[in-house]
Amino acid sequence: MTVMVRIPTILRAYTDGAAEVTASEGTLREVIAGLDAAYPGLGGRILDDSGQLRRFVNVYVGEEDVRFAQGLDTEVAAGGRVSFIPAVAGGAPRDRPRHEPDGVFGG
Amino acid sequence: MVPSPARGQGDRWERWGRKSSPVTTVPTRTSRVASGFGYAAGLSCRECGKVYPLGPHYACDECFGPLEVSYDYPRVSRSDILAGPPDMWRYAPLLPVPADIAERPTTQPGGTRLIRADNLARALGLRRLWIKDDRGNPTHSFKDRVVAVALAAAAELGFKVLACPSTGNLANAVAAAAARAGIRSVVLVPADLEPQKIITTMVYGGTFVTVDGTYDDVNRLASELAGEHEDWAFVNVNVRPYYAEGSKTLGFEIAEQLGWRLPAQVVVPIASGAQLVKVDKGFGELVSLGLVPPVPWRVFGAQATGCAPVSAAFAAGHDVVRPVRPATIAKSLAIGNPADGPYALDVVRRTGGAIADVSDEEVVDSMRLLALTEGVFGETAGGVTLGVLRRLLADGRLDPEAETVIINSGDGLKTLDVVAAAVDLPVPIRPTLEAFTEKFSTSREAVS
Repeated sequence: MTVMVRIPTILRAYTDGAAEVTASEGTLREVIAGLDAAYPGLGGRILDDSGQLRRFVNVYVGEEDVRFAQGLDTEVAAGGRVSFIPAVAGGAPRDRPRHEPDGVFGG
Repeated sequence: MVPSPARGQGDRWERWGRKSSPVTTVPTRTSRVASGFGYAAGLSCRECGKVYPLGPHYACDECFGPLEVSYDYPRVSRSDILAGPPDMWRYAPLLPVPADIAERPTTQPGGTRLIRADNLARALGLRRLWIKDDRGNPTHSFKDRVVAVALAAAAELGFKVLACPSTGNLANAVAAAAARAGIRSVVLVPADLEPQKIITTMVYGGTFVTVDGTYDDVNRLASELAGEHEDWAFVNVNVRPYYAEGSKTLGFEIAEQLGWRLPAQVVVPIASGAQLVKVDKGFGELVSLGLVPPVPWRVFGAQATGCAPVSAAFAAGHDVVRPVRPATIAKSLAIGNPADGPYALDVVRRTGGAIADVSDEEVVDSMRLLALTEGVFGETAGGVTLGVLRRLLADGRLDPEAETVIINSGDGLKTLDVVAAAVDLPVPIRPTLEAFTEKFSTSREAVS
């Protein structure tokens, strides 16, 4: 069973430009290890030399920022979704279910 | 139906003064376009130091660290600056903008008042206090400064749409700047934003999107959209290195308005933390260029208790910021995962300052105090900043004898609801002298 992984623009050189790839389910640590096996070097962009998440990458499992969950030990279930997003513009988890933008006005 | 010039004129940058559309594909966008960025020389990662050419980069592809604009600084004299326009473009040589930026269709931000706040200083027991009042900008907040620089970069880099995730003030600034430049804008805001900020954005046209979530959710969505729409300049995401430089002009103006010297203490509100970091950078550049005497300054940061991740990290002695879920009336500061938080901590610790936070009740009380003592109706963020000044004074962490500047970054008219409950609305009287006398005869001081 696999999980979907969203790749940010600055890492797509590792995935031949693919914005979304698949990986095996498991903990986030295992998902990243699987990605690094499939796309060598990718893991080192997300984790620092000590194996921790880099300070300026936000990682979401589903809608949850993993820093509010179990970090690298957060489970990613089959069919789940992982997103890596540069922290330059922030990003945080939600308290409510996610919806599409609920109103578009003007033009 | 009023036509929408923002969409109608689209992506041509005709008003901007370009002879032809600049660059439209990623490979050519990454190469430097001579002089369009003034004396800016490149971008460098603030984490690992990797250097990049000027281009549409915002995060390091090695370590995800944020990128910073570096310069080949020119010789700049006080008289050069004084000969410039009465807005932020007098500091154009110290910004990543073209030399003729003052002739482009920007909103011409900056040049706001530095108010000597003697009444407030007396009330607080301070020797000398100033308020840098950024209500004076075109859309009534400091965001016009950063957007103006982002707009110039967006034009130079060939983006076609000016966009942002926003807590409100930025939405106002982006929509107005895009309208004036004749390009399309797209702004995304949390759906629970103050109605005043929604109306004061939509009036400028453009595309307005309300998102069911917090600002941090909106930010995440914007980051994902930036990856999908290569010709959209999200001012605070994919052109953030340029955008953030605009806040240096707050520091430049404070120093110039003090008579070319730095204040001993400055208190700055923290949302993303970028403003605080850039005010400090601006002070440092003025010293390096010999424009002000090299005296130490201390930078203090202000947050609302309902969204105080940087204040909490400061108190705990941490150099990383743990995100929080915001719950405060100070919505313009409600960023639970502040991108520049670690750097704000660095600046405050390096300069010997402090970071503190205050409750929503203290925010409202300080908004009233600012209005009552100095006639300045600041936004909730201004209440946060003054509240923290009072807290730091009470705790003995801010020197009452040292000259202090606080930044009021926005206008109270955009956050009316929070002070409405603190103001007693009058009961109407009949339009007669008798009615007036009857009403006020027992409280002459009220009208004397």
